[in-house]
Amino acid sequence: MRQDSHFSRFQQGRRTWFKRIQKLGLMAIGVWFSPVTVFAKPEDAARAIQAITGGKPLINGKVNLAIPTLIENGNLVVLKVSVESPMTENDYVKAIHVIAEGNPLPNIFTAYLTPRSGTANLTTRVRLADSQTVWAIAQMSNGSFYQGRAETLVTLSACIESV
Amino acid sequence: MSKTSRTSVTVPPRAQRGSIIEIRAIAQHDMESGFRYTDGGKIIPRDIIRVFTCTYNNVEIFKADFYSGIGANPLVIFTTIATETGTLEFRWIGDHSYEAVNQANITVV
Repeated sequence: MRQDSHFSRFQQGRRTWFKRIQKLGLMAIGVWFSPVTVFAKPEDAARAIQAITGGKPLINGKVNLAIPTLIENGNLVVLKVSVESPMTENDYVKAIHVIAEGNPLPNIFTAYLTPRSGTANLTTRVRLADSQTVWAIAQMSNGSFYQGRAETLVTLSACIESV
Repeated sequence: MSKTSRTSVTVPPRAQRGSIIEIRAIAQHDMESGFRYTDGGKIIPRDIIRVFTCTYNNVEIFKADFYSGIGANPLVIFTTIATETGTLEFRWIGDHSYEAVNQANITVV
Protein backbone atom coordinates (compact mmCIF):
# COMPACT_ATOMS: atom_id res chain seq x y z
CA MET A 1 0.00 0.00 0.00
CA ARG A 2 2.70 2.40 1.05
CA GLN A 3 4.75 1.42 -1.91
CA ASP A 4 1.77 2.15 -4.23
CA SER A 5 1.36 5.73 -3.06
CA HIS A 6 5.05 6.27 -3.58
CA PHE A 7 4.71 5.01 -7.10
CA SER A 8 1.72 7.27 -7.94
CA ARG A 9 3.55 10.30 -6.55
CA PHE A 10 6.45 9.46 -8.78
CA GLN A 11 4.07 9.20 -11.75
CA GLN A 12 2.54 12.59 -10.89
CA GLY A 13 5.95 14.21 -10.72
CA ARG A 14 6.93 12.81 -14.07
CA ARG A 15 3.73 14.15 -15.69
CA THR A 16 4.19 17.74 -14.51
CA TRP A 17 7.77 17.54 -15.60
CA PHE A 18 6.64 16.52 -19.08
CA LYS A 19 4.19 19.45 -19.17
CA ARG A 20 6.94 21.88 -18.24
CA ILE A 21 9.15 20.55 -20.99
CA GLN A 22 6.29 21.00 -23.46
CA LYS A 23 5.86 24.63 -22.39
CA LEU A 24 9.58 25.21 -22.91
CA GLY A 25 9.23 23.77 -26.37
CA LEU A 26 6.41 26.17 -27.22
CA MET A 27 8.48 29.08 -25.95
CA ALA A 28 11.36 27.99 -28.14
CA ILE A 29 9.06 27.96 -31.19
CA GLY A 30 7.84 31.45 -30.22
CA VAL A 31 11.38 32.77 -30.16
CA TRP A 32 12.09 31.10 -33.48
CA PHE A 33 9.22 32.96 -35.19
CA SER A 34 9.85 36.33 -33.53
CA PRO A 35 10.19 39.31 -35.93
CA VAL A 36 13.93 39.47 -35.34
CA THR A 37 14.52 36.05 -36.83
CA VAL A 38 12.01 36.59 -39.64
CA PHE A 39 14.05 39.66 -40.69
CA ALA A 40 16.96 37.40 -41.60
CA LYS A 41 16.39 35.61 -44.88
CA PRO A 42 18.99 32.93 -45.51
CA GLU A 43 17.12 31.77 -48.63
CA ASP A 44 17.68 35.22 -50.22
CA ALA A 45 21.39 34.79 -49.52
CA ALA A 46 21.24 31.31 -51.04
CA ARG A 47 19.65 32.83 -54.15
CA ALA A 48 22.35 35.52 -54.32
CA ILE A 49 25.05 32.85 -54.02
CA GLN A 50 23.32 30.79 -56.71
CA ALA A 51 23.37 33.85 -59.01
CA ILE A 52 27.14 34.19 -58.47
CA THR A 53 28.13 30.57 -58.91
CA GLY A 54 25.53 29.60 -61.49
CA GLY A 55 25.02 26.30 -59.68
CA LYS A 56 28.69 25.34 -59.61
CA PRO A 57 29.84 23.61 -56.43
CA LEU A 58 31.32 25.69 -53.63
CA ILE A 59 34.45 24.28 -52.06
CA ASN A 60 35.17 25.08 -48.42
CA GLY A 61 38.56 26.58 -47.70
CA LYS A 62 41.17 28.95 -49.11
CA VAL A 63 38.98 31.92 -48.17
CA ASN A 64 39.53 33.60 -44.82
CA LEU A 65 36.90 36.10 -43.73
CA ALA A 66 37.64 38.14 -40.61
CA ILE A 67 34.99 40.18 -38.82
CA PRO A 68 34.71 40.79 -35.08
CA THR A 69 32.70 38.07 -33.32
CA LEU A 70 30.90 40.63 -31.16
CA ILE A 71 29.87 43.90 -32.81
CA GLU A 72 28.47 46.80 -30.80
CA ASN A 73 27.47 48.92 -33.77
CA GLY A 74 26.42 47.24 -37.00
CA ASN A 75 26.72 50.47 -38.99
CA LEU A 76 30.47 50.28 -39.40
CA VAL A 77 32.09 46.87 -39.21
CA VAL A 78 35.64 46.30 -40.40
CA LEU A 79 35.68 43.29 -42.70
CA LYS A 80 38.85 41.63 -44.00
CA VAL A 81 38.95 38.96 -46.68
CA SER A 82 42.00 37.09 -47.82
CA VAL A 83 42.21 34.24 -50.30
CA GLU A 84 45.12 31.81 -50.59
CA SER A 85 46.31 32.11 -54.17
CA PRO A 86 49.68 32.48 -55.94
CA MET A 87 48.11 35.33 -58.01
CA THR A 88 49.95 34.39 -61.21
CA GLU A 89 48.67 34.71 -64.79
CA ASN A 90 47.49 31.09 -64.73
CA ASP A 91 46.12 30.93 -61.22
CA TYR A 92 44.57 33.96 -59.60
CA VAL A 93 41.43 35.15 -57.84
CA LYS A 94 39.10 36.82 -60.31
CA ALA A 95 36.51 38.12 -57.90
CA ILE A 96 35.55 38.13 -54.25
CA HIS A 97 31.86 38.34 -53.35
CA VAL A 98 30.65 39.05 -49.83
CA ILE A 99 27.12 37.99 -48.86
CA ALA A 100 25.37 38.67 -45.54
CA GLU A 101 22.36 36.43 -45.00
CA GLY A 102 20.70 38.71 -42.43
CA ASN A 103 20.85 41.98 -44.39
CA PRO A 104 17.82 43.33 -46.31
CA LEU A 105 20.00 43.05 -49.44
CA PRO A 106 22.38 40.10 -49.00
CA ASN A 107 25.02 41.39 -51.47
CA ILE A 108 27.52 43.66 -49.75
CA PHE A 109 30.22 44.03 -52.37
CA THR A 110 32.05 42.35 -55.22
CA ALA A 111 35.71 43.08 -55.82
CA TYR A 112 37.42 42.21 -59.12
CA LEU A 113 41.11 41.40 -58.92
CA THR A 114 43.82 40.73 -61.51
CA PRO A 115 47.21 38.96 -61.40
CA ARG A 116 48.62 42.48 -60.90
CA SER A 117 46.94 42.60 -57.48
CA GLY A 118 49.85 40.60 -56.09
CA THR A 119 47.77 39.31 -53.19
CA ALA A 120 44.09 38.63 -52.67
CA ASN A 121 43.73 40.70 -49.50
CA LEU A 122 40.97 43.21 -49.06
CA THR A 123 39.67 45.38 -46.23
CA THR A 124 36.50 47.44 -46.16
CA ARG A 125 33.79 48.61 -43.77
CA VAL A 126 30.31 47.15 -44.00
CA ARG A 127 26.86 47.34 -42.41
CA LEU A 128 25.32 44.37 -40.66
CA ALA A 129 21.61 44.43 -39.88
CA ASP A 130 21.58 41.55 -37.43
CA SER A 131 23.54 38.76 -35.78
CA GLN A 132 24.20 36.46 -38.67
CA THR A 133 26.55 34.46 -40.85
CA VAL A 134 28.56 36.34 -43.47
CA TRP A 135 29.90 34.47 -46.50
CA ALA A 136 32.86 35.31 -48.72
CA ILE A 137 33.01 33.59 -52.09
CA ALA A 138 36.15 33.60 -54.20
CA GLN A 139 35.84 33.08 -57.93
CA MET A 140 39.08 31.61 -59.25
CA SER A 141 40.56 32.13 -62.72
CA ASN A 142 39.95 28.46 -63.54
CA GLY A 143 36.23 28.82 -62.88
CA SER A 144 36.06 27.14 -59.49
CA PHE A 145 34.50 28.72 -56.40
CA TYR A 146 35.75 28.65 -52.82
CA GLN A 147 33.90 29.86 -49.77
CA GLY A 148 34.66 31.04 -46.26
CA ARG A 149 32.33 32.26 -43.58
CA ALA A 150 32.19 34.08 -40.26
CA GLU A 151 29.52 34.12 -37.56
CA THR A 152 28.87 37.35 -35.74
CA LEU A 153 26.77 38.81 -32.95
CA VAL A 154 25.44 42.35 -33.51
CA THR A 155 24.20 44.39 -30.53
CA LEU A 156 23.09 47.57 -32.32
CA SER A 157 21.71 46.78 -35.72
CA ALA A 158 22.28 48.91 -38.82
CA CYS A 159 19.45 50.35 -40.95
CA ILE A 160 16.44 49.87 -38.66
CA GLU A 161 16.68 53.33 -37.10
CA SER A 162 14.62 56.18 -38.59
CA VAL A 163 15.81 59.70 -39.27
CA MET B 1 24.48 68.40 -62.79
CA SER B 2 26.77 65.95 -61.17
CA LYS B 3 27.61 65.51 -57.51
CA THR B 4 31.06 65.01 -56.10
CA SER B 5 32.74 64.96 -52.69
CA ARG B 6 36.06 64.87 -50.91
CA THR B 7 38.15 61.75 -51.40
CA SER B 8 41.48 60.63 -50.03
CA VAL B 9 43.94 58.02 -51.26
CA THR B 10 47.10 56.65 -49.71
CA VAL B 11 49.74 55.25 -52.06
CA PRO B 12 53.43 54.92 -51.14
CA PRO B 13 55.31 57.66 -53.07
CA ARG B 14 58.14 55.27 -54.04
CA ALA B 15 58.47 51.52 -54.20
CA GLN B 16 60.80 48.76 -55.37
CA ARG B 17 59.98 47.28 -58.78
CA GLY B 18 57.94 44.13 -58.32
CA SER B 19 57.07 44.79 -54.68
CA ILE B 20 53.51 44.58 -53.40
CA ILE B 21 52.12 47.94 -52.27
CA GLU B 22 49.04 48.63 -50.18
CA ILE B 23 46.54 51.20 -51.39
CA ARG B 24 43.83 52.85 -49.28
CA ALA B 25 41.02 54.80 -50.86
CA ILE B 26 38.20 56.55 -49.05
CA ALA B 27 35.36 58.76 -50.31
CA GLN B 28 33.18 61.04 -48.25
CA HIS B 29 29.65 59.74 -48.82
CA ASP B 30 26.58 58.95 -46.67
CA MET B 31 25.86 55.70 -48.57
CA GLU B 32 22.12 56.00 -47.85
CA SER B 33 21.01 52.38 -47.98
CA GLY B 34 17.43 52.87 -49.20
CA PHE B 35 16.15 50.68 -46.37
CA ARG B 36 15.63 53.45 -43.80
CA TYR B 37 12.45 55.36 -43.02
CA THR B 38 11.80 58.91 -41.83
CA ASP B 39 9.74 59.45 -38.67
CA GLY B 40 6.78 60.09 -40.99
CA GLY B 41 7.12 56.55 -42.33
CA LYS B 42 8.44 57.57 -45.75
CA ILE B 43 11.27 55.51 -47.18
CA ILE B 44 14.52 57.40 -47.76
CA PRO B 45 15.60 56.77 -51.36
CA ARG B 46 18.84 54.97 -51.99
CA ASP B 47 21.90 57.12 -52.65
CA ILE B 48 25.11 55.11 -52.78
CA ILE B 49 28.40 54.85 -54.63
CA ARG B 50 28.01 51.84 -56.92
CA VAL B 51 31.38 51.39 -58.58
CA PHE B 52 34.96 52.05 -57.59
CA THR B 53 37.80 51.59 -60.06
CA CYS B 54 41.55 52.02 -59.90
CA THR B 55 43.74 52.33 -62.99
CA TYR B 56 47.54 52.21 -63.07
CA ASN B 57 48.89 54.10 -66.09
CA ASN B 58 45.45 53.68 -67.70
CA VAL B 59 45.27 49.91 -67.09
CA GLU B 60 42.51 48.79 -64.76
CA ILE B 61 44.00 46.94 -61.79
CA PHE B 62 41.09 46.91 -59.35
CA LYS B 63 37.35 47.31 -59.48
CA ALA B 64 34.62 46.91 -56.88
CA ASP B 65 30.82 46.95 -57.02
CA PHE B 66 29.28 48.42 -53.88
CA TYR B 67 25.78 47.67 -52.60
CA SER B 68 23.76 49.08 -49.69
CA GLY B 69 25.71 46.93 -47.24
CA ILE B 70 28.83 49.08 -47.55
CA GLY B 71 29.20 51.52 -44.66
CA ALA B 72 29.16 55.31 -44.91
CA ASN B 73 32.36 56.91 -46.23
CA PRO B 74 33.41 53.73 -48.04
CA LEU B 75 36.99 52.68 -47.42
CA VAL B 76 38.77 50.07 -49.52
CA ILE B 77 42.23 48.72 -48.79
CA PHE B 78 43.76 46.54 -51.51
CA THR B 79 47.14 45.65 -52.96
CA THR B 80 48.91 45.86 -56.29
CA ILE B 81 52.37 45.18 -57.69
CA ALA B 82 54.53 48.24 -58.33
CA THR B 83 55.42 47.75 -62.01
CA GLU B 84 56.48 51.16 -63.32
CA THR B 85 56.65 54.84 -62.45
CA GLY B 86 53.40 56.58 -63.20
CA THR B 87 49.97 57.62 -62.05
CA LEU B 88 47.21 55.76 -60.28
CA GLU B 89 43.74 57.09 -60.94
CA PHE B 90 40.81 56.38 -58.66
CA ARG B 91 37.22 56.86 -59.69
CA TRP B 92 33.99 56.54 -57.70
CA ILE B 93 30.65 56.49 -59.54
CA GLY B 94 27.27 56.48 -57.82
CA ASP B 95 23.57 57.30 -57.78
CA HIS B 96 22.30 60.75 -58.81
CA SER B 97 25.27 61.10 -61.21
CA TYR B 98 27.82 61.15 -58.40
CA GLU B 99 31.39 61.05 -59.66
CA ALA B 100 34.68 61.67 -57.90
CA VAL B 101 38.22 61.28 -59.24
CA ASN B 102 41.52 61.28 -57.39
CA GLN B 103 45.10 60.61 -58.48
CA ALA B 104 48.39 59.60 -56.90
CA ASN B 105 51.87 59.39 -58.35
CA ILE B 106 54.31 56.60 -57.68
CA THR B 107 58.04 56.38 -58.43
CA VAL B 108 59.25 52.83 -59.00
CA VAL B 109 62.97 52.16 -58.62
